[in-house]
Amino acid sequence: MKTAKKPVKTPAKAPKAAAKPKVAFFDFASCEGCQLQITNLGELLLDVLGAIDVVEFREAISEKWDGDYDVVFIEGSIGDHHAEERLKKIRARAKVLIAYGACACTGGVNGMKNSFELDEIRQSVYGKDYKLFDSTATKAVDQVVKVDYYINGCPVYAPEILEVVKHALRGLPYTVPDNPVCAECKLNENVCMYERGVACLGPWTKAGCNSWCVNNGNICYGCRGEVKNPAKNANDVISKYNLKPELIKGKFDMYNKCKEGVK
Amino acid sequence: MATVKDLDLKVEYVTRVEGHGNIVANVKNGKIEKCEFHVVETPRLFEGMLRGRSIFEAQHITSRICGICSCGHSLASVKAAEDALGVTPTEQTVKLRKLLLDYEFLDSHILHVYLLAAPDVLGVPSFIPLIASHNKTVRQVLRLKKAVNDCCDILVGRHIHPITMIAGGWTKLPSKKEIDAQIKLLEGMAEDLGEVLKLAKTLKFPDFHRKTEYVALVSDDAEYPLLNGDIGSTEGKRVSYKDYKKSTNEFVDPRSSAKFSKWSGDSVFVGALARFNLNAHKLHPKAKALAKELGFKPVCDNPFMNTVAQVVEIVHCYYHALEILKDLKKTGLDYSQQLTVGVNEKGAVPVRAGDGVGSVEVPRGILHHNYVTDKNGMIKQANCIIPTNQNVNNIEHDFAKFLPEILNEGKDKIRLKLEMLVRAYDPCISCSAHYLDVTFVE
Repeated sequence: MKTAKKPVKTPAKAPKAAAKPKVAFFDFASCEGCQLQITNLGELLLDVLGAIDVVEFREAISEKWDGDYDVVFIEGSIGDHHAEERLKKIRARAKVLIAYGACACTGGVNGMKNSFELDEIRQSVYGKDYKLFDSTATKAVDQVVKVDYYINGCPVYAPEILEVVKHALRGLPYTVPDNPVCAECKLNENVCMYERGVACLGPWTKAGCNSWCVNNGNICYGCRGEVKNPAKNANDVISKYNLKPELIKGKFDMYNKCKEGVK
Repeated sequence: MATVKDLDLKVEYVTRVEGHGNIVANVKNGKIEKCEFHVVETPRLFEGMLRGRSIFEAQHITSRICGICSCGHSLASVKAAEDALGVTPTEQTVKLRKLLLDYEFLDSHILHVYLLAAPDVLGVPSFIPLIASHNKTVRQVLRLKKAVNDCCDILVGRHIHPITMIAGGWTKLPSKKEIDAQIKLLEGMAEDLGEVLKLAKTLKFPDFHRKTEYVALVSDDAEYPLLNGDIGSTEGKRVSYKDYKKSTNEFVDPRSSAKFSKWSGDSVFVGALARFNLNAHKLHPKAKALAKELGFKPVCDNPFMNTVAQVVEIVHCYYHALEILKDLKKTGLDYSQQLTVGVNEKGAVPVRAGDGVGSVEVPRGILHHNYVTDKNGMIKQANCIIPTNQNVNNIEHDFAKFLPEILNEGKDKIRLKLEMLVRAYDPCISCSAHYLDVTFVE
């Protein structure tokens, strides 16, 4: 279950703040909800658009661009050969690459595909003609190309998008919080899900979402990926509540199967 | 302009639609050889991935089929799960689900009508040039979207991938204050809504007609059916939601790798225009008045008018949502119905083996989820039939009639008009990531 990542370093060739950077959005296998989070910013969107020059954003605009990009947002995970090649080509033209949303950062729910034998799951959905549809094991973006910034979450959390974008445009490093969701949950004065009798992935999952799901009476599903070094307290949770490790592992597989065993 | 004799058109990744789709059109010596719409989304295999997961996780997972339609998928999913489990939702739960569906329609239709479809009619490639030319309207539209989003945030935690609505009920119910806050947000939309509706009245669409079979939920009561009902068609068909496969009838066509749908005729149309054609008499009086003003009557067989039907539904859902909220304010909520479920570790919801179907009208048309579960509530088989899938066949039949009618307009116009036609359906291609059916293995 370890998903430790190297610390994010300052990208070498980030654009200067004065230039209006050329920004593009590309979507791979995903629900495209994280792109949509941008249009949900409301009028604030116009401020963001004032600071950047959006050159490609297929879901929202028809304009296309054939030059280099200062910043690209990659949404979605990589699940076929064509996607892998396309991503590499985009990386070659991009100064800064942001993995945007859970599918891009950890493989997200698409990673559940990797819990099955590939041909078996393809056949289960597409029947005997399954080979018509190319499909490879799901990969997170950083399992194919170098990633400069991560915006985690399913979906991404608006305040964090703005934070990371500000850092990226200035060429500053952004460190994804590496403490568990429980830290935020406590500040929000939620009653612990374990005290309410159900298992929650908060103790092992990276914070930064302001304990979004638990604030709303649901459990944490681990969409932001595992903290580098789960606290000793997390082990205490397992023993205190007499949890079966398989239950927690099964829950983690929903978003983090791609990163299984990745140190 | 001279008629196009030879045309070799390939639009890779139609823009301003959700997901990846291509248009391929070939004309040789004035004869159309091919005009197809291809879905090229990476297969995501959701139905396969659901196997072995708890029925209580199905809503969370299937919501991720599509960001735009995540509330719609969630509603179909919880209905299918409850149908499998044999759980009947309370009246309060149903009322709140109807409210959520109103928000889903408002959000999705406002996005599609104004930010994705209107640029075509106004002759620009996207809403970005409109920021300069129609700044006031763009701001009004973004404010409207934000207000609906804020309502969703209150009701389900967030619009994209709702948190509180689960199989069995709600993990968190809106407080009295939060009901008031939603009423205030909706009432605050009135002025902007009035203004953007004025713009909608000026939109002109291509005059294209083709008779087809319109399919939507139908019911015997007076409410415009969105959450519950049987499946009906303009050809007079009606079947129970349990028999959804009779209305979707997926079949393989050797021309394309996509699976097609038909019922009585060659193809079916699902979506706002289908709902309007079948249920216009049940719309809110304010929505009826707008339709009348626009001279928009059932049965309308111009697919471009789907966008106008969405405008009419914006008005319907706006007033319908307000009515639900005011009713909830009057009656108050029963907070003892709040549930903590997880994967049902505590057995909060009784579990049995089952085969459940959930059919819901979502912005793009009728959506079906179907789950088969074992006695522990683990999913054995899953099937999701998506509105866009049901429409692909109809889009191609439209192409076959439309292309000859516009062949004299030059390649650029042809390309634009074919794209506009696809966009009129408001296709959601991530959703269609499955296009071959699942065979249930019992």
